[in-house]
Amino acid sequence: MNETLSSVPIRKEWDIVGARQTGRNWAKDLGFGSVDQARIATAISELARNIYLYAKVGEINFERLDSVPSIGLKITARDQGPGIKEVSKVMKDGYSTSGGLGAGLPGVKRLMDEFDIESTDAGTVVTVIKWTRI
Amino acid sequence: MRIPILKLHDYLLVSIQVELDDQSAMEFQEDLLKKIHNSGATGVVIDLTSVEVIDSFIAKVLGDVVSMADLMGAKVVFTGVQPAVSMTLIELGIYLKEVPTALDLEQGLIKLRQELEEK
Ligand SMILES: Nc1ncnc2c1ncn2[C@@H]1O[C@H](COP(=O)(O)OP(=O)(O)O)[C@@H](O)[C@H]1O
Ligand SMILES: [Mg+2]
Repeated sequence: MNETLSSVPIRKEWDIVGARQTGRNWAKDLGFGSVDQARIATAISELARNIYLYAKVGEINFERLDSVPSIGLKITARDQGPGIKEVSKVMKDGYSTSGGLGAGLPGVKRLMDEFDIESTDAGTVVTVIKWTRI
Repeated sequence: MRIPILKLHDYLLVSIQVELDDQSAMEFQEDLLKKIHNSGATGVVIDLTSVEVIDSFIAKVLGDVVSMADLMGAKVVFTGVQPAVSMTLIELGIYLKEVPTALDLEQGLIKLRQELEEK
């Protein structure tokens, strides 16, 4: 069962902070511990910044997944930007087109339990899920 | 929102109490370098106790602060990094190897004094 929790638009730089605070609050509500809260907030920060930097606008969606025995927080980062040309390259550590540390997307994958990326020239959708520990 | 930078003898003390967005992180970097230059400080303690998220951007800014301060002759020590934050940084793939850290402000000042005496 999926339940939509909220959606945060990303349009300006401060929305990156807003999105990760919203995500942390949902994580807290769903019963995630402090380390998972930090993992989730950090992953959101990376995804929201990518939207802001590379697609300008987009949104981050939060959903609750009710499964047995754990609860999931599903986060979808969606934009209609230019897309990522070579997704497989981007998923290798150390790759960055922006002079960053290149830990972004591969790092997000490590921080979360499930990771999926779909990118075309019509936009990018990154979906990640974290499950509560039982 | 500017982050206050305090001066204590030859040291500068900073406690980051606000949620760091990209803009304030960059402003902080600039303010701190100016203050090092104007005060001739030889050491800086940056307390991160209240910081709950360090993502790749903020990590880069903080790492750059250390290298830039070093060029200007000032040593930087970070204190109070939360366990959840340090675990997350490593999983993200960021290793701030060159950066000295200490448990709290007091330990940070002791560490600074040691580092400076070694020179
Ligand atoms: N939402 C997006 N839209 C378009 N391109 C993107 C998006 N997200 C990431 N990218 C591209 O993938 C590259 C790698 O992203 P990332 O792993 O976050 O590292 P960084 O942001 O440090 O470059 C970026 O440099 C950018 O070229
Ligand atoms: Mg990025």
